[in-house]
Amino acid sequence: MNASLALDILLAVTLLWSAWRTLVMPRLDRAVVLFIVFGLLLALVWARVVAPDIALAEAAIGAGLTGALLLDTLGALRRRGKDA
Amino acid sequence: MKQLVVVLAMAAFTAILVGAMLELGPAPVALPASVAANLEASGVRHPVTAVLLNFRGYDTLLEVAVLLLALLGVLAAGVSKQPREADACAADPVLPWLSRVAAPAMVMVAVYLLWAGAFRPGGAFQAGAVLAAAAVLLHLAGLLPGWVQPGRWLRWGLAGGLLLFIAVSLGPLLAGDALLQYPLAWAGLLILLIEAGLTVSLGLILAGLFLLLTDGEGGRA
Repeated sequence: MNASLALDILLAVTLLWSAWRTLVMPRLDRAVVLFIVFGLLLALVWARVVAPDIALAEAAIGAGLTGALLLDTLGALRRRGKDA
Repeated sequence: MKQLVVVLAMAAFTAILVGAMLELGPAPVALPASVAANLEASGVRHPVTAVLLNFRGYDTLLEVAVLLLALLGVLAAGVSKQPREADACAADPVLPWLSRVAAPAMVMVAVYLLWAGAFRPGGAFQAGAVLAAAAVLLHLAGLLPGWVQPGRWLRWGLAGGLLLFIAVSLGPLLAGDALLQYPLAWAGLLILLIEAGLTVSLGLILAGLFLLLTDGEGGRA
């Protein structure tokens, strides 16, 4: 088994694992962080299948901006909970 | 019991999908080959940019319109918050300092991605996303207040990319050609012009989705 195949298998397994953990994680803050990890891994996968354009977009929009929005939502929810 | 049924049904559905994928024949049209054959006529040397901005420019035009529409939806839903200054005295000095250093570099990266789009991976969407990320970073570091109401300049900035794209795509129509059929000699320049406009507008739109929705307490989210 050569190195690149090993890397691909490792990527695929971690990608699926992070997706699963994101879905079943009961704590929202950890789920958001896992979602960002999932997005970055997905960007690596796109790069591995020689689609660097999509990898760039996924890393910037999918992981970065969406992750920031989710974290911000989480903060707003928490503040609202504190006010009430 | 119910869970088991659901899991079994999902597994069966997945198996059917995989079976259908394995049955797929070869694609009836070899698109990569025809893109490569017509790359000369597109004005750019990167096939993805050629498809996005020239061969399927109509799709990109509508995509940008959808993003603008999403932002208009956010504005129409009503952003009810008080204008609040970003608190510059965040407890941790590392993040604001790092943001000040990183933001100019991110702007440079965006310009490079825009320029590189003509001959290698890059382009307006990626460049716009990097610009928006710089704005979000500055906001999170407490250096840039959240947006409350877009003023006149911001409105023009948000819509400008799409308006420029529409203007350029209507030009050939007046000359008697098809919509979006750039004149051959000008194609490269026109695509760069469109992409520059789109970069600014997409950066503002994506940043706006964050800066309008966030409730203005930068750094404490």
